[in-house]
Amino acid sequence: MNRILIVAEHDGARVNPAIAKCVTCARAIPDAEVTLAVFAADPATVAASAAAIAGVDRVVTVTHAAHANPLAAAIAPQLAELAAGYSHVFGPSTTFGKDLMPRVAALLDSAQVSDLMAVESATRFRRPIYASNAIVTVESSAGAKVVATVRIASFEAAGVSVAPAPIEAAVVSAAPDTHTRFVSVSSARSDRPDLQTAAKVVSGGRALASAENFGILFKLADKMGAAVGASRAAVDAGYAANDMQVGQTGKIIAPQLYLAFGISGAIQHLTGIKDARTIVAVNKDPEAPIFEVADIGLVGDLFQVVPEIERLLDRPG
Amino acid sequence: MKRILVPIKRVVDYNVRIRVKPDGSGVITDGVKMSINPFDEIALEEALRIKEKGLADEVLAVSIGPADCQQQLRTALAMGADRAILVQTDAVVEPLDVARMLRTICDRESIFLAILGKQAIDDDCSQTGQMLAALWGRPQATFASKVEIDGAVARVTREVDAGLETLEIDLPAVITTDLRLNEPRYVKLPDIMKAKKKPLDTVDTASLGVTPVERLKAVKFDPPPQRTKGIMVKDAQELVDALRRKGLA
Ligand SMILES: Cc1cc2nc3c(=O)[nH]c(=O)nc-3n(C[C@H](O)[C@H](O)[C@H](O)COP(=O)(O)OP(=O)(O)OC[C@H]3O[C@@H](n4cnc5c(N)ncnc54)[C@H](O)[C@@H]3O)c2cc1C
Ligand SMILES: Cc1cc2nc3c(=O)[nH]c(=O)nc-3n(C[C@H](O)[C@H](O)[C@H](O)COP(=O)(O)OP(=O)(O)OC[C@H]3O[C@@H](n4cnc5c(N)ncnc54)[C@H](O)[C@@H]3O)c2cc1C
Repeated sequence: MNRILIVAEHDGARVNPAIAKCVTCARAIPDAEVTLAVFAADPATVAASAAAIAGVDRVVTVTHAAHANPLAAAIAPQLAELAAGYSHVFGPSTTFGKDLMPRVAALLDSAQVSDLMAVESATRFRRPIYASNAIVTVESSAGAKVVATVRIASFEAAGVSVAPAPIEAAVVSAAPDTHTRFVSVSSARSDRPDLQTAAKVVSGGRALASAENFGILFKLADKMGAAVGASRAAVDAGYAANDMQVGQTGKIIAPQLYLAFGISGAIQHLTGIKDARTIVAVNKDPEAPIFEVADIGLVGDLFQVVPEIERLLDRPG
Repeated sequence: MKRILVPIKRVVDYNVRIRVKPDGSGVITDGVKMSINPFDEIALEEALRIKEKGLADEVLAVSIGPADCQQQLRTALAMGADRAILVQTDAVVEPLDVARMLRTICDRESIFLAILGKQAIDDDCSQTGQMLAALWGRPQATFASKVEIDGAVARVTREVDAGLETLEIDLPAVITTDLRLNEPRYVKLPDIMKAKKKPLDTVDTASLGVTPVERLKAVKFDPPPQRTKGIMVKDAQELVDALRRKGLA
């Protein structure tokens, strides 16, 4: 039996949608038993949402005031302690998981498989390297605990369970480290879909030329029910917020539809959209590399094309 | 002496188009341009700025890898690092062992701040800084976009999925850099000349008490799946029609 422990990232109320994808990944391991671990100051509602994910066998909760905000330093020693008796310890490849899991791996004296994208056996996995320009198959040593972050763009979300999994309070003795203190988090929260899980994403590059001009993409996105993304160049120039960056060093996404306006298609950007089902590119340069990956390409000026698309969407086809 | 450690990884330059060897044994690195990992340049720049504000006395650059890493360490010295150590090895060194070696260096050199890249652009592991912090038993502030040192604490703004998070951490600590932390300076010719006189020591892994172990064996390398060639449309109308055919609009 392979016993898999997944750290259930959450926002204080619900588990992050990435966790249902980690469960699918864990279920791909033969003979798997899947446990979700919730670290929270008050875990009840989060644990209930975790227990409702299909394929989860058990939810364990660790309650501590230090977990009011998720801090790797506070969670790592407790997660490492919980990991005894498990063969695999997984977290999502979100900034939360990327921050936490290597700290846990080091405490367990384990290597980490970063961005696990496919399971070949209980010890053999595939992961992308060089900005997804190569895929390496790695084998962990026999008997070693496997610590991994799961590349969420590679897995479908597990469904909802008819019979919720049992929830238990875990007893851990390791104290959270106190040398790290949460001060604040500021987010440009909006009612738009979340970039990492949206089915459609409208994205803009340097060509937008100002934060105001980005407004035309927000308008189009709202019409389509899409999230809004950006290239690094657009974020660096201050046209878009940092949490909108798509790419090797931003978010790796896998929407049904990705519309790229005025994005050249640098390797580092393409890394973030390789798993999109359909890529649409609008660029005034016919030689732009983005056209090499686009399913639908249009050579044109985005400032004309975007309002036109918006107008055409209003008309029945 | 307040000393900052900046690990420097030698990587294939970000402009190089990566190709997998036909026999699947690795990626082609022969004859390609090698550079300092871009995130490590940002780490070094941040360390230099902290020193220039009088908040640190010395910046130590360390690279772990083959003899050729000297080139990247010389560049780091030319940028302004005071001293460099090459931990010379031809072995594959995984992040956990890199972190172990760095940990020993942190103790020996009484480091008060270690600034690493948030990821190396070759293996994209994004592990080493967090592992170092764990082994060292010290705080970590990863993906930093702003760093303020104030006596025995640092205030760090981090780029997280939700937006920007601010942490306060006790020093010594580990920080890993995100792209928007700063813009690294250009190296000027006189600096390159000066750098030749700065100390660059070479040690082996045994002197740091670490024998690199292969915990994750790379079985094979494959090129990524290729996307099938798409279509070009001539105007917005055709674009919207194509989306409608796919049920996407
Ligand atoms: C270590 C590292 C990590 C990186 N990580 C990322 C990352 O995560 N994400 C990312 O995106 N980038 C990343 N980059 C940067 C990347 O290399 C590119 O610089 C960046 O993606 C370029 O953004 P862009 O396409 O918006 O800008 P540009 O390359 O300047 O392209 C602008 C495009 O707009 C077109 N255009 C101009 N005007 C119009 C118009 N009116 N209508 C239509 N088209 C127009 C132009 O033809 C051009 O193709 C990284 C770089 C490095 C070194
Ligand atoms: C399965 C596998 C197979 C590999 N095969 C090979 C191979 O055949 N040949 C080969 O040469 N390498 C190989 N490597 C790469 C080598 O093991 C990497 O150095 C190691 O994995 C570190 O990963 P990373 O650089 O992505 O770490 P990250 O955690 O992404 O690095 C973050 C930061 O840590 C610091 N850092 C990391 N490594 C070093 C270093 N060596 N010196 C100084 N600072 C450092 C830097 O500040 C860097 O920005 C392989 C790695 C893996 C996982």
